[in-house]
Amino acid sequence: MTALADVVAFACLLAGAALCLTAGLGLVRFPDVLSRMHAGTKPQVLGVLLVMVGAAIRLDGWANAWMLLLVAAFQMLTAPVSAHLISRVAYRRRHVRRDLLLVDEFAGTGHQDRVYEGDEPGDAPPENPAVRPGG
Amino acid sequence: MTIVESALYALIGGGALLSLVRLARGPSLLDRVVATDTLLVIIAAGLAVHAALVQDPTLLPVLVVVALLAFVGSVSVARYVGGMLLRSRTGDGRDVGLPVAAEEREASS
Repeated sequence: MTALADVVAFACLLAGAALCLTAGLGLVRFPDVLSRMHAGTKPQVLGVLLVMVGAAIRLDGWANAWMLLLVAAFQMLTAPVSAHLISRVAYRRRHVRRDLLLVDEFAGTGHQDRVYEGDEPGDAPPENPAVRPGG
Repeated sequence: MTIVESALYALIGGGALLSLVRLARGPSLLDRVVATDTLLVIIAAGLAVHAALVQDPTLLPVLVVVALLAFVGSVSVARYVGGMLLRSRTGDGRDVGLPVAAEEREASS
C-alpha cells in the first residue's frame, strides 16, 4: 500500500516537473507575449495541481493536505486574473504579432489604442497621437 | 528512487533556467512579467517537490507565500507598466521599449 502510494506520488511529481520544463521551453521558443503566456500558464494550473497532489500523498497528515489545497486553490483563483491583465495590456499596446493571429475578433472594433478614457494605466494615450496608425 | 529524484530536480531546474533565459532576453517588459510569473510558479513547484522528497512539511508556509507573491507581483507590474508601454515601431511586437522621456522629446523636437 505504501509502495503503491509512493509510485502514484512520484508519477504526479514527475508529470508536474515535466510541465515546468515544458513551460520553460515554450517561453524561450514562442514568438510573442500571448503565445509565451500560453506556454507559461501550463504549470500554473495543471503542473501545480499535480505537484500538490503528489506532495499531499507523500506528506501524510491532514494539516499538510489543507495547506497544499490552499496553495492550489489560490493558484486557480489568481491565474486567470493576472493572465487577463497581462493579455489586455499586451493587446492594447500592440505587443501582439498580428500577422500570426488566425482569428482577431477585436480587429476593427476599436479595442486597440483607440479609446483613451478611464484612469487605468492601460488607458493612457500614446505619446504622439498625430502619428498613430489608423487614427 | 534516486534516479527519480535527480530527474525531478533536473526537470524543475531546466524549466527555471529556461524561464530565466526569457527573463533576461525578453524584448518587452510584458515578456519579462510573464517569465517572472512562470519562474515563481516553477519555484513553488520546486519547493513542493523538495518538501515531498525529503518529507519535510515545514516548507509549506513558504509555498503559500511564494504563490501569493507571484500573483501580487505580476498584477502590480502589469498595471504599472500598462501606461508606459507604447506601440512597437515595427507593428509586429518585436521592437518594444520604454517611451522616450519628456526631456528627450523636448530636445529632439
